[in-house]
Amino acid sequence: MEITDRDERWKGRRAQPWLIRLTHWLNVPLLLFMAGSGLQIFAAYPALGPRGALYRWYPWQETELPTWVQFGGWLAGGRHWHFALGWFLVLNGMVYLSYMVARGEWRRRLFLPHRDVHNALLMLAYYLRLRRTAPWNDFYNGLQRLAYSAIIMIGVVEVFSGLAIYKPVQLWWLGYLFGGYDGARVVHLMGLGLLALFTAVHLVMVTLHPRAILTMCTGGKHA
Amino acid sequence: MPKHRITRRQFVATVATGVVLATEQTTRAQSGFLHWMGRWNERVDCFLFGPERLGAELPPAETTPAEAFPSYFISDDMPVAPAGWVLKVGGRVARPATFSLEQLQQMTRTDMRVRHHCVEGWSAVAAWYGVRLRDVAEVVGADPRAPYVEFRSFDAGYWSSWDRESALHKQTLLAYGMNDVPLSPDHGAPLRVYSAVKLGYKMVKYLTEVNFLSERTGGYWEDQGYEWFGGV
Repeated sequence: MEITDRDERWKGRRAQPWLIRLTHWLNVPLLLFMAGSGLQIFAAYPALGPRGALYRWYPWQETELPTWVQFGGWLAGGRHWHFALGWFLVLNGMVYLSYMVARGEWRRRLFLPHRDVHNALLMLAYYLRLRRTAPWNDFYNGLQRLAYSAIIMIGVVEVFSGLAIYKPVQLWWLGYLFGGYDGARVVHLMGLGLLALFTAVHLVMVTLHPRAILTMCTGGKHA
Repeated sequence: MPKHRITRRQFVATVATGVVLATEQTTRAQSGFLHWMGRWNERVDCFLFGPERLGAELPPAETTPAEAFPSYFISDDMPVAPAGWVLKVGGRVARPATFSLEQLQQMTRTDMRVRHHCVEGWSAVAAWYGVRLRDVAEVVGADPRAPYVEFRSFDAGYWSSWDRESALHKQTLLAYGMNDVPLSPDHGAPLRVYSAVKLGYKMVKYLTEVNFLSERTGGYWEDQGYEWFGGV
């Protein structure tokens, strides 16, 4: 088993290096305004499936969205904001991912099945009160790594499903990947739902462990 | 503190002003951040557009039931073609001309069944038939250096201007039929623009004029803030 804490590479490095902190906090306004402008766009046709063939499994067909979740004033405004801020969110994500690769940060942050499955299961058992103590962990526990890896994947899917909706003819191959234009709308909206769910759980967890918020602000101690 | 350094209060005020200004621009992005990003996105939109790329031809089973295919007009009442309706084709063309519906119907007919993408987010499918605009452009001798094409209608002041490449795309029609029957008044009779490569609001219904131009002339929705290129 790989024990990343003993790895020489972390010597002198903060738990949350400044670029991780910066990109993390930039995500807050960017995701908030992307969600708001996205919902402004969705509000113009709050349904899933093509005209005359709405998907039966979606329970909220043509349900009006509350105005407080919408941003941009009207459809054109929502579109302008969504397509403008989208670039910065993608840029932010690329800076973050490049840094993770360049500095080997992915080793201690991402879910590596051979290392983390066991720990994730023990952690799950702890949360379900099947186990009295939390398993030992080095930097993040297995469940954290699973959640942080999943949210990166969801972010990537959001970008590509968004592009598939944006240019369904020019980027037809992307649409094909998501089951066509209306399929891509489903994926894009479901991605938002998962992002919201992640954020909710994330907020609960950091409220329970406020030290994590401090570390994400100051960077924490040097290793 | 040296004079050239801004105080925290000034900084906060500047940021707050920026946020307020940015929010106020949402209705019309004429300047500032949204305007700049809009211009950037328009360049991306143009760049992504492949003049030879085709919208997928769909099987008949995908056709949207006629009553479920939305339609609208901006006039108070359903626009009705004036007596003696003809299509005027002009601007930078060698031989300005008018076409009656019969004359257009005598030209090569093109059929296509493609997906319609509305700016609101819905899609629908219909089979359209009519004459390719590129064929009409050839008849009138459109100046290849005229980069824009404008469509005007008798639906009280509705119009749109396009880039030439999209207008002369293989799947851009002056359509006079939908789902095997002549175009109905709610879908733009007697003649409308239909294209596989633009959002719905670019496809002018109740067509009266096509002009090949040196300048772009905006459009009904475009001038209110929707994207001018509007490609899909």
